[in-house]
Amino acid sequence: MEETAGFQWRKAITTFIMFIISVIFLLPFLWMLVTSFKVESEVFTYPIQWIPKHWNAIENYREVWAGDYNFYLYYWNSIKVAVITTVLSCLVSALAAYGFSKIKFAGSEAIFLVILITYMIPAQAILVPQFILYRNIGLFDKHLGLILLGAFSVLGTFMLRQFFMGIHQEFIESGKIDGANHPRIFFSIALPLVKPAVATYAILRFIWTWNDYQSPLIFLRSDKLFTLPLAMQKFTSMSGEFYSLIMAAAVSSILPLVIVFIIGQKSVIEGIALGGVKG
Amino acid sequence: MAQNVQTLGQRSSAESKPKRKKNTLQREENMWGYVFISPMLIGVCILVLIPIIATLVLSFADWNFVQGWNGIKWVGFGNFSRLLKDSDFLQSVRNNIVFLLTVPIYMLISMILAILIDRHVYFKAYFKVAYFMPYISMIVAVAVVWMVLFQPSYGPINEFLKSIGIANPPGWIADPHYALVSIMMISVWISIGFNMIIYIAGLQSIPRDLYEAADIDGANGWNKFRNITFPMLSPTSFFLLVTGIISTFKIFDIVAVMTQGGPMGSTNMMVYYFYDTAFINLKVGYASSIATVLFLFVMLITLVQWIAQKKWVNY
Repeated sequence: MEETAGFQWRKAITTFIMFIISVIFLLPFLWMLVTSFKVESEVFTYPIQWIPKHWNAIENYREVWAGDYNFYLYYWNSIKVAVITTVLSCLVSALAAYGFSKIKFAGSEAIFLVILITYMIPAQAILVPQFILYRNIGLFDKHLGLILLGAFSVLGTFMLRQFFMGIHQEFIESGKIDGANHPRIFFSIALPLVKPAVATYAILRFIWTWNDYQSPLIFLRSDKLFTLPLAMQKFTSMSGEFYSLIMAAAVSSILPLVIVFIIGQKSVIEGIALGGVKG
Repeated sequence: MAQNVQTLGQRSSAESKPKRKKNTLQREENMWGYVFISPMLIGVCILVLIPIIATLVLSFADWNFVQGWNGIKWVGFGNFSRLLKDSDFLQSVRNNIVFLLTVPIYMLISMILAILIDRHVYFKAYFKVAYFMPYISMIVAVAVVWMVLFQPSYGPINEFLKSIGIANPPGWIADPHYALVSIMMISVWISIGFNMIIYIAGLQSIPRDLYEAADIDGANGWNKFRNITFPMLSPTSFFLLVTGIISTFKIFDIVAVMTQGGPMGSTNMMVYYFYDTAFINLKVGYASSIATVLFLFVMLITLVQWIAQKKWVNY
């Protein structure tokens, strides 16, 4: 198809129409952002003021972050849980992925099949026994319990296994001839080669952990351990009618991910497209 | 005699030396294999395999969490026959089935968007990010925003509807007739980004020369879509259909935050009903039977997918 002038015009018009549609699509986010800057009395004025008449941004965000509500504490909890889960999950997944793809050991296929089957079990179907287990081994109401649940997700193993399989066996063999054992080969040859894939998985795992509502809801009880999704819900019921504050909290909890996503946009989208993965 | 045996033994060991070496090598490989997979394997056994077996076992029990271990009563298939008569459960299954409608809707929208973004617009990266935003955003925060937008008497959506002349706009999540539809709309909005990205990847794997050949034959846009794009996307569509169906069975966050299954059970979904039974009412045995039904549903769909994929999709 040659890029004629007429074709370019059509493309420009389509772009414009698609832009309008995307703005409508993103209106809830815009409304959230704008409302977080408003004084409470102007939140529901109609027609909607897309540019606030009276700016109250600093006051709103200060109230959320430094007020009676310990928003920074929940933020810190979320960062802690998400970072540790991501690091641990990458390590456990990469180790297993290497084991399944680069080491030929007895029973590897059967074990891989079992792990594949566990992937199909919906998380909710095992919540009750996990809850009972956690209460009995002292992992209930602990960040560690939450971290372990995320860290042993088998999804990373599948994703990374694909990439390890792409490494030529010669690399591994040459490492062995030089007298290196598998841990040496893993850390100095194989892992650096799949670094981009690990980074993609890390971003995805971080996003999923950050947004996870269900696990903290069931496995945490103490207020001081809450992660952002629980805190967000509690904040909503506490501050009842103060919608500008609620929106400031919502913006605060979404923003870091939007930044992570825009920075790692290319690898996230490619990773999702490649693995067809869904959290 | 003893010497003989010894020399014999020595000889045979000399003969099998290469084999022995291979054996020790293999043993080393086995050892390292298990070392590498053991963290994952142990984690999966303790956190997934044992729990799923426990769920299946508990589904045959009548047990309330507060009774302690001695309170377990085994009731055979009692829980399951109770489920069949439990109107709340049946309503949740019905709602789940209605919810399936969202899957073809967001697949269609995503496919159209993907085709437009892949070939017919400038600034592709912007559009990918824009439509992907809801998917990466915290559902709780997004749900809170929608709750305010949907507010029946002074929320922006109803203000807008009133301003364009609709006198009695619906009560959205507060109205039993509209609550499920409202949640379905939000679900569509969230799911478009993921589906679109997968469709774009699918589109990029279609060989260009097919379109060039069609151009030579003078095919118009619709013909190209019907005879090339749509059929070539069928593996992608199939994948999205299956993952989409499975994900509707797992819907929980939006319901838990926005409606808690109400009003009048109109948004009660299987997973929410399970959560309510297990963690609010603490009826562990009964909840496990709901979890088992959920598990069987998902396994059934996965099985159908495997069989169908072997039959239809050839690549």
